[in-house]
Amino acid sequence: MSETAPQPTTAAANPPVQPIGLNMLPSDVVRISATRDVPQPERQLTKVAKLIDVSKCIGCKACQSACIEWNDTKPEVETNVGVYENPHDLTPNMFTLMRFTEWVNPETDNLEWLIRKDGCMHCEDPGCLKACPAPGAIVQYSNGIVDFVKENCIGCGYCVKGCPFDIPRISKVDHKSYKCTLCSDRVAVGQGPACAKACPTQAIVFGTKDDMIAHANTRIEDLKSRGYANAGIYDPQGVGGTHVIYVLHHADKPAIYEGLPEDPRISPVVEGWKGVTKTAGLALMGVTALGAALHGIFARANRVDEHEEQEAARLVRSDDQGDAGPTDRGSA
Amino acid sequence: MTNSWTDIKNTDLVVVMGGNAAEAHPCGFKWVTEAKAKRGAKLIVVDPRYTRTASVSDFYAPIRPGSDIAFLMGVIRWCMENDKVQWEYVLNYTNAAFLVKDEFGWSDGLFTGYDEEKRDYDKASWDYKIGEDGYVLTDPTLQDPRCVWNLLRDHVDVYTPEMVERVCGTPQDKFLTICQMIGECSTPTKTMTSMYALGWTQHSKGAQNIRGMAMLQLILGNIGVRGGGMNALRGHSNIQGLTDIGLMSNLIPGYLNIPTEKEADWQTYLSTRSFKPLRPNQMSYWQNYPKFMVSFMKAMWGDTATAENDWAYHYLPKLDVPAYDAMRMFELMTHGKVNLYFCQGFNPLLSFPNRGKMTEAFSKLKMLVIMDPLTTETSHFWQNHGIYNDVDTAAIQTEVLELPTTCFAEDEGALVNSGRWLQWHWAGATPPGQAKHDTWIMAQIWTRVRKLYQDEGGVFPDPILNLTWDYADPGNPMPDELAKEMNGKALATVYDPADPTKVLAEAGQQLAGFAQYRDDGSTMGGCWIYAGSWTEKGNMMARRDNSDPDETGAYLNWAFAWPANRRILYNRASCDVQGKPWDPSRKLIEWTGEKWEGYDVPDIAPTAKPTEVGPFIMNPEGVSRLFSRGMMRDGPFPTHMEPFEAPIANVFNPRMRGNPVARVFESDAETFAAVGDPDFPFVATSYRLTEHFHYWTKHNPVNAALQPEFFVEISEELAAERGIERGGRVRVWSKRGQVWAKAVVTKRIRPMTCDGKIVHVVGIPLHWGFMGAARNGFGPNSLSPAVGDANVETPEFKAFMVNIEPAAEEPVA
Repeated sequence: MSETAPQPTTAAANPPVQPIGLNMLPSDVVRISATRDVPQPERQLTKVAKLIDVSKCIGCKACQSACIEWNDTKPEVETNVGVYENPHDLTPNMFTLMRFTEWVNPETDNLEWLIRKDGCMHCEDPGCLKACPAPGAIVQYSNGIVDFVKENCIGCGYCVKGCPFDIPRISKVDHKSYKCTLCSDRVAVGQGPACAKACPTQAIVFGTKDDMIAHANTRIEDLKSRGYANAGIYDPQGVGGTHVIYVLHHADKPAIYEGLPEDPRISPVVEGWKGVTKTAGLALMGVTALGAALHGIFARANRVDEHEEQEAARLVRSDDQGDAGPTDRGSA
Repeated sequence: MTNSWTDIKNTDLVVVMGGNAAEAHPCGFKWVTEAKAKRGAKLIVVDPRYTRTASVSDFYAPIRPGSDIAFLMGVIRWCMENDKVQWEYVLNYTNAAFLVKDEFGWSDGLFTGYDEEKRDYDKASWDYKIGEDGYVLTDPTLQDPRCVWNLLRDHVDVYTPEMVERVCGTPQDKFLTICQMIGECSTPTKTMTSMYALGWTQHSKGAQNIRGMAMLQLILGNIGVRGGGMNALRGHSNIQGLTDIGLMSNLIPGYLNIPTEKEADWQTYLSTRSFKPLRPNQMSYWQNYPKFMVSFMKAMWGDTATAENDWAYHYLPKLDVPAYDAMRMFELMTHGKVNLYFCQGFNPLLSFPNRGKMTEAFSKLKMLVIMDPLTTETSHFWQNHGIYNDVDTAAIQTEVLELPTTCFAEDEGALVNSGRWLQWHWAGATPPGQAKHDTWIMAQIWTRVRKLYQDEGGVFPDPILNLTWDYADPGNPMPDELAKEMNGKALATVYDPADPTKVLAEAGQQLAGFAQYRDDGSTMGGCWIYAGSWTEKGNMMARRDNSDPDETGAYLNWAFAWPANRRILYNRASCDVQGKPWDPSRKLIEWTGEKWEGYDVPDIAPTAKPTEVGPFIMNPEGVSRLFSRGMMRDGPFPTHMEPFEAPIANVFNPRMRGNPVARVFESDAETFAAVGDPDFPFVATSYRLTEHFHYWTKHNPVNAALQPEFFVEISEELAAERGIERGGRVRVWSKRGQVWAKAVVTKRIRPMTCDGKIVHVVGIPLHWGFMGAARNGFGPNSLSPAVGDANVETPEFKAFMVNIEPAAEEPVA
């Protein structure tokens, strides 16, 4: 009789995990915040996309759970405020969020419960990166992934203002900006994002953007056969297209999906603000860490100068005049 | 499930009623999305609430909680009236043509033979007419007014679309749209699947809800076929295993019965279990009952169980009541008749009805032993947690022992999923702290108890002293040892009855299947339906070959499905009378002219001629039952019954309360609100949320963050009527208790009109208590009544009456 419980028997029949080669390297970065003359990579990665099929989503929040687990974040146990969203909004610890809208279709008088997974859209033309004054804090890879490099972030919040989807959130703890990375550390080793892996109904799928568009088209055909005449893809061209795309049953009315912007564009203030791009000075150093360490490869750049601070301050103030960001939260 | 999770991809129409598969079974629900995406299948949801499943449905209709039978009988009526019947199936594979005794009838909501005093039926008239040859009389022309088909037609006649709307609150146009969608599946090439769960079982007439849909599926010819069936979505990963192994006071593993005290001897016990065929040539497979039972007794008592002592039948307990189910045990506890209670993987303080009664029951125990991987509310029932557990600790004398166990990820063995698959799994982690496997704990207690009997004797120590316990380490039986024992092995050479020179198994060898079980003591087996799971070829449950010829979804070489590795029960019925598949594109098996073969293990003797032997081999009729004789306590057909607490009286008989034969303890009857009681005007119903699993995951900070706090859901109309704000705090109370919660005000619940009265529904999710990472809260059991289903005692959690009002602020704990 043993004193302790027996040791577990290791599963001999578990499927083996095959080693997968790296396919996304620091050298695949095509854009770097507050940095001019980024050396362009010799190769072009295939463009990727995450497809979120809203019509297949059951709102189970497995994606949120997987996101928390993979990124090892610790969202707070909040209260219930009368809606299904929890946490109540995107936070520095919650990079993706199911948003629930109860919508009565005026044509059928039937209730529809629209459930949209919100999070970074990974714009082809990223407003956050353009707005960012901190060299190397935001990068874009040639496959389309837009990633934040925490070590270089100065917590100014300009990325929030630059984002037409109101996605990044600044931590009150470490004063860094956080958002979905599209699991760049997983993609770098040939895996899909954690949310896609966890999704039980394959409402979230990941692959090349061409494949995702093709898949979306088969879904749209199915939805049209079920009476959703306006089913379509949400891949807004105002930001050059996105690397997170939606299948919507009512693509003619994206706003009903908890304020998804009709025609998102980068704020003209950001577009017009050239100061950032004038500061080169980024040194790309220590390109040794690979894979999961991609986040840490960019060295801290020089401080922004006074002029940039002023420009940035003006940008933040301009928020009061309104931009393309979503409004009207929490009415589910 | 008659079918399996993977088979749902083969369907044309999914009806989710009495469940919320997307919410409570999100991983299994992937097969619904697969059917929708690949086959263009449609999804219908009928539910009091517009659920997460409804959010991806093609059609939704509301229904008042507890009125499902009226809806289902209405659909059957519509199908009969509009000739949406799979006639060849109904005529040949159901008892539609069987003649029923002339005395049988129904009036005023009751079947013949009701005794109000006993709250029971005399079921003598609920049976077939038997001819001189000993077989049931039939009329294949269906002309005889006493044939089951005509009796059913008469029985459902009252359930017109108007009546369905009146009782269920479902608008007629929505009801008729659903009837039409369902009716399309009466052709041999279109199938519908029924996915249901506790939304149907947790009623005082839960078994009849399920009967209603099973009958509809038979009329449509959808039982035994790919993409069809009656698919119970089990609520825990291994609850199917629990029922299979018979962890109930009245069951023996494999759905055999514990004897009653009226069955004092072996011959009497077997006399009611002879299961002689009721029609010529039928297999009536339960005729093998003695083989399963003797093999079980040999597994229990080995050499001590002999033919001479009737296989130690006198060792078995004899029940003096139908069952010592959980609700009866708690009732006995409140009377001080239970001293010690073992609570293993069970949190009844939150999961059994009338929580006040639970607290009272546990307070009267001398000792409560908790075996659980988590700390539970039950193990802290004595601890004061303010409004969340308002007890007088000093007044409770019960001693509580917590024995920490391992959880599923820390042990090895098979879980049985809803589709009856026994899937072996391996430990993924080392148990934390002092946690021990349940088997280790049980064995440690057992060896000590046996030693006490050895040393000190007792009134009747024989069953304990002679119990077979031949594990390598008696203090720690291993999963493989237990699994092999359940499969069964030969104790002496087992010969082929057709060829007595042919040896099927030598003594000591694992049996290949239950066909090798014998009633002469030459075999042993702990659970006959698991025979074949661990054979001489090894652990069949550990198989992981996912090849699937013709993409049937059967996966015959993946794990093991009981019985006999069969993936779709009654699959003989997937073929016409000649043995050809109804739908060649969805073939399962077929008759080659000599034998049955195909993609699944045939559910019939391999050489049974199709024109002679019926497909429902377990039934003595050889066919399925639209009329279930006296096999259920509350009627051979489902008839509308109100919940015990209801907003309106039974439209057939206003004197009827709930299910007229459900067991009601006297002290509980006093706690039911009267019909239409103005103090409790709103219908409450309980349910799960997908963010949590039962009362476990509130211990996990991730799940707690995703759904942190107890809430109730009400319509915008009710909120306006009571002045309740979205996100505001409310008090909800029934005649038994009260809870405080946040209010989710939603368009997904809408008031209904039933029998001329506006009916509001209050939705009450479970998942919160006073232990764990989530915020303190309550379970619906603080409010729900202690009454169960008349046949199986599943508590009525899905329909009861409450009141609601705004609550100003959180009282100080």
